[in-house]
Amino acid sequence: MQRSTITASEPDEDGHWGQFGGRYVPETLVAPLDELTKEFTRARHDADFWCELDQRLRDYCGRPTPLFHAQRLTAHAGGAQIYLKREDLSHTGSHKINNAMGQALLARRMGKRRIIAETGAGQHGVATATVCAMFGLQCIIYMGAEDMRRQALNVFRMRLLGAEVVAVNAGARTLKDAINEALRDWVTNVHDTYYLLGSALGPHPYPLMVREFQRVIGREAREQILSATGHLPRALIACVGGGSNSIGLFHPFIGDQSVRLIGVEAGGRADSLGEHAARFHTSVASGGGRIGVLQGTMSYVLQNDTGQIATTHSISAGLDYAAIGPEHAFLHDSGRAEYICASDAEALEGFTLCAELEGIIPALESSHAIIPAVRIACELPQSDAIIVNLSGRGDKDVQLVAELYVT
Amino acid sequence: MSRIRDTFAELKRSGRGGFIPFITAGDPDLATSELLLIELAAAGADIIELGVPFSDPVADGEVIQRASERALRNGVTLQDALTCVARAKQQIDVPVVLFSYFNPLLQFGRERLANEAKQAGVDAVLVTDLIPEEAQAWTETLQQHELDPIFLVAPTTSGERLVRIAQQARGFIYAVSRAGVTGARDEMTHDAETLVRRVRMVSDLPVAVGFGVSTAEHLREVWRFADAAVVGSAIVREIERLKTAPDLVQRVGKFAKSLLATT
Repeated sequence: MQRSTITASEPDEDGHWGQFGGRYVPETLVAPLDELTKEFTRARHDADFWCELDQRLRDYCGRPTPLFHAQRLTAHAGGAQIYLKREDLSHTGSHKINNAMGQALLARRMGKRRIIAETGAGQHGVATATVCAMFGLQCIIYMGAEDMRRQALNVFRMRLLGAEVVAVNAGARTLKDAINEALRDWVTNVHDTYYLLGSALGPHPYPLMVREFQRVIGREAREQILSATGHLPRALIACVGGGSNSIGLFHPFIGDQSVRLIGVEAGGRADSLGEHAARFHTSVASGGGRIGVLQGTMSYVLQNDTGQIATTHSISAGLDYAAIGPEHAFLHDSGRAEYICASDAEALEGFTLCAELEGIIPALESSHAIIPAVRIACELPQSDAIIVNLSGRGDKDVQLVAELYVT
Repeated sequence: MSRIRDTFAELKRSGRGGFIPFITAGDPDLATSELLLIELAAAGADIIELGVPFSDPVADGEVIQRASERALRNGVTLQDALTCVARAKQQIDVPVVLFSYFNPLLQFGRERLANEAKQAGVDAVLVTDLIPEEAQAWTETLQQHELDPIFLVAPTTSGERLVRIAQQARGFIYAVSRAGVTGARDEMTHDAETLVRRVRMVSDLPVAVGFGVSTAEHLREVWRFADAAVVGSAIVREIERLKTAPDLVQRVGKFAKSLLATT
């Protein structure tokens, strides 16, 4: 594995970070992806576009989100100061709205009025349904039937917002299956449909574009921590499903070599293939991911020996996915970012710890980052600081956790 | 000269349109797939496409998705698909196109695939989700082993890309009849004819039309403007319907013949 000093992370013009990323799609999708790339590139260099996006993120979504000094969690860890980036406080309750808003503005520029999206935990589906309601766009959300069961509240929220939620009954009926179905819809309705993909995944330009819309998290956090402590944090810790909240937090810090970037994958309930969603999980030979292609992009993918994609498990629907965004694969192989995993049990422990000590109920996804953060803080002096991305709030998970504690 | 090119040259000489049925390897089981290859050849197939089952077939409609699921439940792999071709090829000599998503091929290995596919008697490889921009190394390796890399073109493909695709393609060009996933349709659209005309302007390769071609009428319609027609879901649906019938192979053969009937 090549280890080099990474000071920036930009893909080539076809969306490759090293060997990762790119476009592995049926031919029919190349034209709409080219059209999207063109429009995104234009918007990326258009000050008016960012001005409107910033204004909407401020007035509608409540940005900037606070960077909160979690003093009781800090005292509990007994080391570095722990700061929480409160994405849970943004409108709709997670960071997903940052990307949904950005892409909805793009869709509007492109004159597309039919929006489709996939969702796992339902947070991206809710964010998409929300922006569609605001802009008066038709909204269709694909969601695995198993995820609909786990996240019934979010299904109801999407319907309240006027979206059509389509149950996907293929495969394990989770996020991956929802993406397949959304891609099939797009390939069939390319002319009038905008696919609003929710994570830093999929074919170029999505991994780059979603990252650019989520970078606001890291830009704000960098300013906020400098103003609060006067120096850079020692580490950033964020959960990684597809990897949008983590890449959004990490990216503005990539050039800051003193800042450790730590992604937390879902360790699930066991080490064997099918029981977790830890793509970089190398401690068990049979359990980890290998380089492969899934849903349009080359990255680390959980799969069997013959290239069939593995089923995954996580207590949190939002991390329950077999591949990871290609930029994370690049940051992993270059050694710039580190990836660890937290089990279902550790996520639950983080969930209750954060609730009891800080009065904040985090999403089960974000809860994966809490216990690792406590461990990392405890190894550092009190004069240091670390930032945990609290990517979403946990209201949607309360019922599931209640059921676990009852049975 | 590739066998696929020979086949199209022969079709042209005899003034016939080509018939390219598709089946999924291992649906309903490998032994039956082997017999189906032989039966379809006997029924008049000019080329046969053999699908490698994949867990996430994003370009396929429900019929072929279910075929993939059936095959995967039997644990069918790319290696099994190659074995199936090798065995059938002892009895038939119709060209076979291996039809796959990219990841199973990637895990198998480029050199190894080219070697073993050639040995098994495969004539061409079509990878649904590998566009020319990402395919260069694969195209070169396949050609070194005298395997034709087949590429798809779609109604959405720009003129500029048609040229690029035509440069990398060998054997024939597969024109997707309309935007969408695989699956039978009641009617063919005009998109296909327009697309074939656009391909003709940039390439001398034969053109086959697929996606939604499911009846004898559709075949005759396609033959009017293209060199061959691919029938996938309609045949796979027959296999699904008959999967427990003892005479499945003969009846699928009969169905294939009915598509070629001239009345």
